[in-house]
Amino acid sequence: MNGIGGVIAAVLVAGAQIAAVAVGGPLLVGVMRKVRCHIEGRVGPPIHQPLRDLRKLFSKQRMRPDQASWVFGVGPVVLVATAVLIAAISPLATTRPPLGQTADFFAIVFVLLLGSVALALAALDTGTPFGGMGSSRAMTIGALAEPALLVAILAMSIPAHTSNLPALVRIGLAHPQLIASPERFLALGSFLVVILAESGRLPVDNPSTHLELTMIHEAMVLEYAGPDLGLVILGESMRLALLLGLLVNLLIPWGIADRPGAAALVIGLGALVGKVVVAGIAIATFEVFTAKLRLFRLPELLAGAFVLAVVGAFTALVIR
Amino acid sequence: MSAGASRIEHVLSERPARAVLEQLPGELVESAGALLAAGYRLALVAAHDGGGPLRVVYLFADGPPDQRVELHVQIQRNQPQVPSLTHLSFPAGRFEREMRDLFGIEPVGHPRPRGLVLHQHWPSGWHPMRADAGPRPAMVDDAEPYPFVDVEGPGVYEIPVGPVHAGLIEPGHFRFWVVGETIVKMKARLWFVHKGIEQLFEGRDLQSALPLAERISGDSAVGHSLAFCLAVEEACAMEVPTRANELRAVLVELERLYNHVADVGAMCNDVGFGLANAHALTLRERLLRLNAEVTGHRLLRGGIVPGGALLRSLPRPDDLQEIGARFQEIIDLARSNSIVMDRFTGTAVLSATQAREIGVLGVVARASGLSHDARLSHPFIDPPTDFHPARHDAGDVLARFLVRCAEVEASLALLTDYVTRDGPLSAFGPKPSVKGKGHGSGMVEGWRGTVVHRIEVDPDGKLQRVKVVDPSFMNWPALPEALANTIVPDFPLANKSFNLSYAGNDL
Repeated sequence: MNGIGGVIAAVLVAGAQIAAVAVGGPLLVGVMRKVRCHIEGRVGPPIHQPLRDLRKLFSKQRMRPDQASWVFGVGPVVLVATAVLIAAISPLATTRPPLGQTADFFAIVFVLLLGSVALALAALDTGTPFGGMGSSRAMTIGALAEPALLVAILAMSIPAHTSNLPALVRIGLAHPQLIASPERFLALGSFLVVILAESGRLPVDNPSTHLELTMIHEAMVLEYAGPDLGLVILGESMRLALLLGLLVNLLIPWGIADRPGAAALVIGLGALVGKVVVAGIAIATFEVFTAKLRLFRLPELLAGAFVLAVVGAFTALVIR
Repeated sequence: MSAGASRIEHVLSERPARAVLEQLPGELVESAGALLAAGYRLALVAAHDGGGPLRVVYLFADGPPDQRVELHVQIQRNQPQVPSLTHLSFPAGRFEREMRDLFGIEPVGHPRPRGLVLHQHWPSGWHPMRADAGPRPAMVDDAEPYPFVDVEGPGVYEIPVGPVHAGLIEPGHFRFWVVGETIVKMKARLWFVHKGIEQLFEGRDLQSALPLAERISGDSAVGHSLAFCLAVEEACAMEVPTRANELRAVLVELERLYNHVADVGAMCNDVGFGLANAHALTLRERLLRLNAEVTGHRLLRGGIVPGGALLRSLPRPDDLQEIGARFQEIIDLARSNSIVMDRFTGTAVLSATQAREIGVLGVVARASGLSHDARLSHPFIDPPTDFHPARHDAGDVLARFLVRCAEVEASLALLTDYVTRDGPLSAFGPKPSVKGKGHGSGMVEGWRGTVVHRIEVDPDGKLQRVKVVDPSFMNWPALPEALANTIVPDFPLANKSFNLSYAGNDL
């Protein structure tokens, strides 16, 4: 695939992945809320409610605190931009994302981190106590979660001899025994805990709380309103969808498009949606039956994730 | 020995059910000290201004058996001073600050005689409860700022929260000084909802005052209206038939039930365990509908009137049993979740000593090992002999949770007892004849704790003064004490475990 046709195809595939994540992210949040409500015996809002909320927020007037500098406005943009970038280059619907030939898993983690840091800085920008409190907590959790994630990636990369993300998925597809290996399971277990921590789900953070003092992520974005808040919510839901998409494709790659062509891509998208929804339902169900850990217990949880990843990495080295 | 002291000796040896002792200001400290030392608690302090000399009434209570002693002090209008009792009783200090704001009566010897009820922007030197107060002068825009105590040190960080919060709750400003996440000090600044309720009572007749009493604190309609009616009945020497008291007891327990069920759910919700809250809210709704069947009002208004009670129906025992079974499921759900229990255990401990010194009441007191319960110490109906108030000693969030759970169970048992007694759905005493000036006090164990009203009526049956003490007034100072060494993210949970009223505190 070269020339103009190749470029168009590349843009289309990337565009399809970005659109899937941008629309699918809020819908995933809607599904998870619905599942939670259903189990609790409540009706709950419709699944597309988050999309409606976004439409409402984007149609509102922009309101920013007087004290805010440019950092405040840039934070949400960076958050969404990093999510869009990852959506374009990750093996979500296809194992050969045209823009993602150099999509290194480590690099993706750092791009994700860029979004988190941008938001934390933006939260500090207004100088309100909640922003500072939320940033401090989020960065503490991030500092504990990132090492676990990096070691988990290492554990997955050792047997595959690469940390290139599309290659990792392709190798899983070609050699299923690599997925069924203990190091992959340990690493993905660690990855799952990190996802819960990074996306502010229970038992780390309560996404539905209105209590300012317990908030982690919500405290950071308390000053945002209107379109800025819309970007934050969109960015966060895209990140959740992305992380879950990567998780399921590393665990169960089947269904993903492994050859070029529109049909394969559509099947790949469908498979992605199906797998992510199942993962989302599983997480939402888990959330119903758990509670929020005491803030000072979180290091124990994340240290557990780190240990899982380290054991995974050692297992990979020993088995090799 | 002064005359006052000899009468105190008499009270302490005889322990009468009711006693009123006129005191000279100079005798007050000694008499109050003797009463407190003998185990009485200071239940209420009310200043009065009828236009002549000012009067201050100190109501001390002990029980069982029900004993109430009132110390009446008359003070000169041109020299409005009383000796402070703060060094004897912490609640006294707060009553005195309230009195200083509203009546301009200076507590002499108070260590920190600062404003309590009225914020800084109220015109200074103007006391709204004075008979000669006149119209309110303009509020002061650039008043001196609230005197928060400065907490300084390496890494101390200040977090102001409220008075407007992210959720739909009443207004209160909380200021935290924290190191990392650990709370060094917390100051609750309340009194954003001063409505002048006590003044609204003045001059009303008994019928038109009742709806006001029911609305002092929306979730304590029964507690306040019953305390008001008990005070009225004592002041007017009304007879209340036993059946009416049984019906009233049903309402008191129904109120406890729906509030405790909601609190148990809300405490779970605050640790992110929404499942238990969803079920608790369903059960609460069921109880509210039951309330509407029983009184015609979901918050149980209208069931209690001076001299009697009138209900539309009574809860059926099998309904109560089913409610109990449903509630047990919710508790089991919460107790089997190790994260919920971990969050509750050891969080925001209020020791028995702190609880006793601050004078806390109700659920909070019983979770800290105190056994005070007005259902036993000041009963309007004798509880069954097997009734014992729930008590836990740990003083943490878990203890307050478990006390509520046990009280729900006890309330259901009491209800089952009362509703199975035969009798009509309404009962009234003979028409009262108000003759002469009367005063009376009413004490009810509402769901938060002991609600105290003291009223004075004139011969025409018009209220001259109603003083209301919601248990929240006594319990609020305990919250900052319990928070020492708690972490900031646990504050909402600790606050919910106290669940104090802003409206009942700030009348």
